[in-house]
Amino acid sequence: MKLYDLGLIGHAAAFKRQKDFVRDVAAGGEDTLILCEHPKTITLGRKYQESSLFFSREELARKGFELLKADRGGDVTLHAPGQLVLYPILDLRRARLGLKEYLQKLEQVAVDLLDDFGIVARGDDGNRGVWIACRKIASIGIGVSRWVTYHGMGLNVSTDLSLFNVIRPCGLDVPMTSLAVERNCPVGMDDVKRRSEQHFRRIFGY
Amino acid sequence: MTSILVPDLGDGIIKVEVAAWHKPEGAAVTKDEDLVELVTDKASFNIPAPVSGVLRIVHVPAGNEADIGSLLGEIV
Repeated sequence: MKLYDLGLIGHAAAFKRQKDFVRDVAAGGEDTLILCEHPKTITLGRKYQESSLFFSREELARKGFELLKADRGGDVTLHAPGQLVLYPILDLRRARLGLKEYLQKLEQVAVDLLDDFGIVARGDDGNRGVWIACRKIASIGIGVSRWVTYHGMGLNVSTDLSLFNVIRPCGLDVPMTSLAVERNCPVGMDDVKRRSEQHFRRIFGY
Repeated sequence: MTSILVPDLGDGIIKVEVAAWHKPEGAAVTKDEDLVELVTDKASFNIPAPVSGVLRIVHVPAGNEADIGSLLGEIV
């Protein structure tokens, strides 16, 4: 598995990189994990509801959000600096993974990473994502083309959680949380990236 | 004629929603290009064309649900 850390990158630019990697992997190339952070961005998934946006698109633009449609499952989600985004470009057939199993393993990457920091979290087959009690720390939405995955998971490491007040994340009225809030102390993004790669490799068997 | 079926997406998924056909009926399609988008469980799943040919009959229009294994369309 190849790892690419794209740092802070716009959603559209990261999406273009993903599609390039999807083409490579569909042609037999090595699976790839992209790690990155996005500037303040709201993306609308294939099942988005307008009511999940609490402000007009013009007001959101004034508040500094880029608003984009994304060809992934799910409703509305938000990206911002301090949120680690994992985009696995993975051939499901080669990995012999069903869709649900893939989503569960992706959630498990965050669950095990949080366990490293002494935080007990869980995935949820009913409400996808990673949860600490009723608080959501990671959101999931994926796309699949030619059996190769793209899009993925956003894990709040030190995200400014007040930003989430402008949307109803994933169409749910639930509080969002972050690793820094749960630990009540700062967390280094580089450390979280390193651990996420380690857990990803172990869980997906690379 | 080649059938386009809803693939087995793994344990626990028995139904999908057909979100969009990327090609209209009667269009020429190329093997492996994304033909129809299914949505389920936080995933948007594109089914590639199994062969090159012409998309003749769309059995399940966008917005409808389909069971795993059911016939979505045909390529002739």
